[in-house]
Amino acid sequence: MGTTRTTEILVGAFIAAGCLALFFLAMRVSNLSAAANGDGYALMARFDNIGSLKVRSPVSMAGVRLGRVEAITFDQDSYQAVVTLRIDAGYDRIPADTFANIYTAGLLGEQYVALDPGGSPDYLGDGDQIEHTQSALVLERMIGQFLFNKAAEGSE
Amino acid sequence: MMLLEPLARLGRSGLAALAGIGRANLLLAAIVAGLPELLLKPRLLIAQLYSIGVLSVLIIAVSGFFVGMVLGLQGYYVLSQFGAAESLGIMVAASLVRELGPVVTALLVAGRAGSALTAEIGLMKATEQLSALEMMAVDPVRRILTPRFFGGVLAMPLLAAMFSALGVLGGWFVGVGLLGVDDGAFWGQTQAKVDFREDVLNGVIKSIVFGVVVTWIALFQGYDATPTSAGVSRATTRSVVHAALAVLALDFVLTALMFGD
Amino acid sequence: MGNGLPAAANPGSALGNADATTAGTVSDDAAAPPLVRIRGLRFARAGKVIFDGMDLDIPRGAVTAIMGPSGTGKTTLLKLIAGQLAPQAGSIVVDDEDVHCLSRRRLYALRTRMGMLFQSGALLGDLSVFDNVAYPLREHARLPAALLRRLVLLKLEAVGLRGAAYLMPAQLSGGMARRVALARAVALDPMMVMYDEPFTGQDPISMGVLVSLVRHLNDAGGLSSIIVSHDVPETLSIADYVYVIAEGRIICRGTSAQVSTDPGPRVRQFLDGQPDGPVRFHYPAPPLADDLLGNGGRR
Repeated sequence: MGTTRTTEILVGAFIAAGCLALFFLAMRVSNLSAAANGDGYALMARFDNIGSLKVRSPVSMAGVRLGRVEAITFDQDSYQAVVTLRIDAGYDRIPADTFANIYTAGLLGEQYVALDPGGSPDYLGDGDQIEHTQSALVLERMIGQFLFNKAAEGSE
Repeated sequence: MMLLEPLARLGRSGLAALAGIGRANLLLAAIVAGLPELLLKPRLLIAQLYSIGVLSVLIIAVSGFFVGMVLGLQGYYVLSQFGAAESLGIMVAASLVRELGPVVTALLVAGRAGSALTAEIGLMKATEQLSALEMMAVDPVRRILTPRFFGGVLAMPLLAAMFSALGVLGGWFVGVGLLGVDDGAFWGQTQAKVDFREDVLNGVIKSIVFGVVVTWIALFQGYDATPTSAGVSRATTRSVVHAALAVLALDFVLTALMFGD
Repeated sequence: MGNGLPAAANPGSALGNADATTAGTVSDDAAAPPLVRIRGLRFARAGKVIFDGMDLDIPRGAVTAIMGPSGTGKTTLLKLIAGQLAPQAGSIVVDDEDVHCLSRRRLYALRTRMGMLFQSGALLGDLSVFDNVAYPLREHARLPAALLRRLVLLKLEAVGLRGAAYLMPAQLSGGMARRVALARAVALDPMMVMYDEPFTGQDPISMGVLVSLVRHLNDAGGLSSIIVSHDVPETLSIADYVYVIAEGRIICRGTSAQVSTDPGPRVRQFLDGQPDGPVRFHYPAPPLADDLLGNGGRR
């Protein structure tokens, strides 16, 4: 009888450990923890160019992740990208005149949306639009500009 | 007539292989048909979860951790050349969760538990234990094979999850602990890039499929073995070889279906 | 297909002796139908015909021995009776049920009334002696634990191994394993027990123990027993009726005394263990000179 009991306990521990491992993979390794709080609220931002920003890219302020990119659509009238940002529910005091930039993490890293807070006493709410945006820096364009300036300097 | 002999031999072995596949499928149907009976006797399943699952934990855990550490080391040297060492977590986690976890676990289980299953069933056949059960009016397929089959199918994804989780920790240990990758970047990048449904769930589905295939092959080889010591030893070898080939081939097919859009 | 093999074609009785004895054995039990009635049995495996139109009756309440040289399909016959193998033609009726026409459920129900002692014992290796004997009881009878324990210990007592109840099969000698298997075979109080070579490979003491056990269990338990064996003196000493089969046919039948005095040359060769006789010492081969001189013609 003792051995059956030990077996049962060990099997129970085995199943628990397996589930724990799955839980770890879900919450710590994958994005389920971020996707789980799908509540929060949505902000809209229009960019002239989003570079290689993707759905689920992080949205951060002062380097802290506040949410993620939920959707990216294209507005045919203004020829702009409309990015929906899903901000976690806890961060509900983002000033109305906040600035949204698309930055690159590292030289070749992935792109993310960085929010720079403004000074307005009003806060953004669900569905509001961020007015001030700055597009992604596109490497080729920067290099092109740099060469153009150099050439202009040289000719002077 | 002499010239046709090789052709006839090819035909014979082809037919024999087909007959084997047919027998294997009939056996699988009989095994699955025993599921309702198994649910009434969960004790049988627990015993098999013990011998297939619990007894494999150590080798799975150790291999997982080491595979993760190697991934961390190798990944760091490649990624740091591009100044992207922060992406180490993505590389380690994605390759473990998608591929290495399910596949290596399946190969290890085929070697440790699958061969043991084949030998056990083959010996039970050789020593007439299966016949004896039949004579006691107990269906040996339902009583002996069904619990082993579902034990294997249940244990495999749990073992694969442990392998992947410990592998990620191994990669983290090497990357963050030894090589100085930033801890926050390691997890942050990983979480941003590894998708639960796309990566983790697909990995789990893979390992369930591998669980079915590995235990099915092991049980069939044992049940179909020639009931002699040479026959059982041949069947054990075949069990491991067939299971390994099936896992690798199926992994390609599943990967193409899951990630190949 | 089966109809093409009339029972009259059975060549067993053609070998002299049998007529009177056949009448003797079967008419004794003419009132009750035999426990097992085999008619026109034909069975071939891997292209080799093992039985060809065999008729055989096993009476109730007696010890019936089926004897014959190795490789004559004695074990196969037991498996056919138990429904583990299916014949190509002919019928096997056990206790008024045609074994090979039964549904799975009915066949399993019939098997609970049969016990079989396998040559190797075939104990389940991962269960103790007690659990092995308890196995069929736990499967087919819902008994309270205390009653189950008492029953199992009684069965083990009957084979003299109550003291070994908590040993594992690997710790038993061959003779003890066979006795445990015997206790398991009779655990459900079956109507018949089939013994597959029960005396082979036993030392004289365990052989004696098994011989007396078989007889004792048969008489005390009101069983019918079928013994398949090639151990001549032991089997003749306990069998009520004996069939001798060779090459898929019955070559002699009768009570043990009748069979042991049978004059048929094949029967005599088998019973007396003569190395050469109707059954040749040499496996069929071309003349030795041909083989030695290299023109035997193989390959």
